[in-house]
Amino acid sequence: MIRDITLGQYYPGDSWVHRLDARTKIIATLLYLIELFVVNNFYGFIIAAVALFVVIGISKVPLKFIFRGLSAVFLIIAFTFLLNMFMVDGTVLWQWKFLKITQEGLSRAFFMAIRLVLIIIGSSIMTLTTKPVELTDGLEKLLSPFSKIGLPSHEIALMMTIALRFIPTLMEETDKIIKAQQARGADFESGNLFQRAKSLIPILVPLFVSSFRIAQDLALAMEARCYHGGKGRTRMNEIRFDRGDAVAAVMMVLFLAAIIASRFIKL
Amino acid sequence: MSISVRNLRYVYNPGMPGETVALDDVSFDVADGSILGIIGHTGSGKSTLLQHLNGLIAPTSGDVYIDGQCITDGSTKMVDIRRKVGLVFQYPEYQLFEETVQKDIGFGPKNLGLDEAEIDARVRESIRLVGLEYDDVKDRSPFEMSGGMKRRVAIAGVIAMNPKILILDEPTAGLDPSAHRDILAMVKRIHDEMGIILIFVSHNMADIAEMSDKVLVMSGGKVALEGTPAEVFSHGKMLADMGLGVPPAREIVEIINSRVPDFRSEALSIDEAAEDIKRYLEGPRG
Repeated sequence: MIRDITLGQYYPGDSWVHRLDARTKIIATLLYLIELFVVNNFYGFIIAAVALFVVIGISKVPLKFIFRGLSAVFLIIAFTFLLNMFMVDGTVLWQWKFLKITQEGLSRAFFMAIRLVLIIIGSSIMTLTTKPVELTDGLEKLLSPFSKIGLPSHEIALMMTIALRFIPTLMEETDKIIKAQQARGADFESGNLFQRAKSLIPILVPLFVSSFRIAQDLALAMEARCYHGGKGRTRMNEIRFDRGDAVAAVMMVLFLAAIIASRFIKL
Repeated sequence: MSISVRNLRYVYNPGMPGETVALDDVSFDVADGSILGIIGHTGSGKSTLLQHLNGLIAPTSGDVYIDGQCITDGSTKMVDIRRKVGLVFQYPEYQLFEETVQKDIGFGPKNLGLDEAEIDARVRESIRLVGLEYDDVKDRSPFEMSGGMKRRVAIAGVIAMNPKILILDEPTAGLDPSAHRDILAMVKRIHDEMGIILIFVSHNMADIAEMSDKVLVMSGGKVALEGTPAEVFSHGKMLADMGLGVPPAREIVEIINSRVPDFRSEALSIDEAAEDIKRYLEGPRG
């Protein structure tokens, strides 16, 4: 189940999208998300969807992989859809006791569901094509102007990098501890809610102890390599904009114009 | 009590990009009361194999029989298997979680549904077996003990389940030489006193040669060699190719074998090597 969530996962590749500067991708994604809220009719969504699938096509990330991520949030989408379908007043199409479906409700439901799907695919395409390290590097660069007013951009980026890096490590650790306690006859499946919560203690205590140990080791290893924060720090792979990013910028502007234009199309 | 493993096969992430065959057609037997030593390069499938023996992992295909009973056909209750087969993972001290040693060791017996008196008796017995004093340690927090002691407590936690088969995955990993010797002697004593089957994984060839009745060599998910220590360690070249080796004493006598024409020794331990050299020096020469 946890493995099914593609949001935040990286899909290795060497496409044009993969090679783009992380900053370009972050800005493009943010812009895309904002534009999804600018859209006020289905024509706008058609443009947005076509643009998205063009990007997916260029990125060569299999569609199967993208839709697997969607299935994890299917419940949220379904819930939004049903809520909108039944809650909006207007011309009644179908009615059963207190439940009624209106024409406006139906169109609003589709509208919201499409928007949600595009938001999720749009943001997952960024994380799928960008290594977590590049992503946090890009974020650090983008936030660095704010360090003048006291925002610790380097530290924020470092924290994100460490958090992302240690998710698999802690998952492995959890798996090991669960197995070890199972070998001592621990039972995590039966009993009522209270008993089950209590049965987590043999997992959580060792997991906490391990996390502190790992954190301590990491801090020591960083100090041993003279890490002292962001000031004056250089990096092995300096990120810079190149021609691809310029092309992407032009595409973004054209797309923005198309989206704004779509607002004026009358149904 | 006996163990039979037949044609065991296990595949990680079947059908996914990361598909890996961890075990491939593994078969072997362990006789009652014997000690089986397992060696193999990192990633050769040792840990995966151990986890099959007490039902933590279900095989992709193949069977495991404990005492003639198949534990892989889905009909056996897991609690029954874990009561019989005790598994001590690598670095078991990282699984301690209770406030006191007594409570932590009592965790396993308590899960078996035993009454207070029986739990207490088992805790006392297992603390004795791992070479600690019940009155000294029972109320101490396991977290404030030394590494070697923590490991003893963790092993006691498995022994308290009163298993008929005890499996240890690298019981001496990361210990200093004196704790290493102590733990090994302790494991041997537990085996002798409880009269159980002992299975242990080690990267220390001298330990394997000294302790085991039978040695299993894993390589690439398959059983590469199987036999008594003398048989297995006579394949020095093959073991070296697998990234393994022979006990240090054997390495030395092999060098002497090749340089001194009329000297011949197949010693595995330092004592045996010393005996062979002594006999050669005292015997009629050239």
